[in-house]
Amino acid sequence: MENLILEYIGTKKNEITSEWMEKMRSRTDERALRLVSDDMFERTSGEFVELMISNLKESKEEFNNRLTDFAEKVVRLGWPLHFVIEGLQTFSKILWEGMLRQGEVHEGNQMDVIYAFDRWLSPLQNEVVDNYSRTWERTVSLQKIALQELSAPLIPVFDGITVMPLVGTIDTERAKQIMENLLTGVVKHRSEVVLIDITGVPVVDTMVAHHIIQAAEAVRLVGAKCMLCGIRPEIAQTIVNLGINLNQFTTQNTLKKGIETALEMTNCKIVKVEGAN
Amino acid sequence: MGNQSCVKILNEWDIVAARQLGRNVAKELGFGTVDQARITTAISELARNIYLYAGQGQICIEKIYDGGKAGLKIIAADNGPGINDIRQVMEDGFSTSGGLGAGLPGVKRLMDEFDIDSSPGSGTDIIATKWLR
Ligand SMILES: Nc1ncnc2c1ncn2[C@@H]1O[C@H](COP(=O)(O)OP(=O)(O)OP(=O)(O)O)[C@@H](O)[C@H]1O
Ligand SMILES: [Mg+2]
Repeated sequence: MENLILEYIGTKKNEITSEWMEKMRSRTDERALRLVSDDMFERTSGEFVELMISNLKESKEEFNNRLTDFAEKVVRLGWPLHFVIEGLQTFSKILWEGMLRQGEVHEGNQMDVIYAFDRWLSPLQNEVVDNYSRTWERTVSLQKIALQELSAPLIPVFDGITVMPLVGTIDTERAKQIMENLLTGVVKHRSEVVLIDITGVPVVDTMVAHHIIQAAEAVRLVGAKCMLCGIRPEIAQTIVNLGINLNQFTTQNTLKKGIETALEMTNCKIVKVEGAN
Repeated sequence: MGNQSCVKILNEWDIVAARQLGRNVAKELGFGTVDQARITTAISELARNIYLYAGQGQICIEKIYDGGKAGLKIIAADNGPGINDIRQVMEDGFSTSGGLGAGLPGVKRLMDEFDIDSSPGSGTDIIATKWLR
């Protein structure tokens, strides 16, 4: 039965390919296509159709090996998943209708052809979906690692003075990381003062405040002092409204002032060199 | 209703989505930065309570108009365990999770109007409104 399909494609490959491209292109609302040139679309489509056919030619075992290959290539084409799935469906529809017109499919073999189509196309579709989702999962987990690496940096700026600039939303996982990095960093850098800068934290709710308070207490336990910097005016107001008490903190509205205070606390100061201009 | 949009709270990141929605609506209505921060923080508290205590629920943000006044209404609803003693949870410092216990009383102070309807077994509905002035 596969041979019947294959033979039909063999004789009509060009027609099928151009009909397929036309049908797919007529979906002009497709954002992905508007971004690629006609030339590019033509080449990629040719490749897509070629891949479809090659999957039919191979033996069962080779077919399975080819599948992953096919899916990986399709994912690399960069088309949205729904577009690819529709491409598969359109392809089989064109094929089916063509074969029907030619009398290749008739009442006698109809069911067998349908089964052959299914044996060929279902695994293709599954593998494509599977590959897409694996690619996404990989991307997401890589980004998660990248985010984690960015999430709570601790920067020693002077002897005994360390800064942790926080940018972005703080969730429970990140709060844990902040605490860990603070404690290990304070010990490692022999910090006397740690400045936590929250200029880039969009919302300071009770959960974030609670974590910062706990972190400060822990820092105190390992023998350093914690200073909170970069409290924007609107954040200061919401903290007061929430009734959160930050009296136990030294606070400074800017990191610059914070560092000046920290220098004082460590008995240092920055002076201009005599005679410099 | 065209004036209402909702975010389902199923995981921790939905809290951020709810906040974002609230901030956008607050901006559209013309709230200043301080009130935007108050509204966003209030949403954060209510959404996190849903996530922590009810497991799942929903935050809806509604633009409301009363006479010449415009305002923003937060509707937080869940079908969680509900609250036994409402007076107690509205006290500063009461928490069953080792938190600061500042969330609910804080939301009441951050917003202009605050209404809570909850009983054990029938979930929790909280409505809080901020008026534009
Ligand atoms: N949606 C809810 N369903 C059931 N119980 C709730 C709900 N919201 C709050 N509670 C109960 O009310 C208590 C007080 O809530 P509140 O938000 O004021 O403080 P908290 O969440 O414990 O700490 P935080 O200061 O971090 O918010 C909670 O500890 C919890 O027991
Ligand atoms: Mg709370």
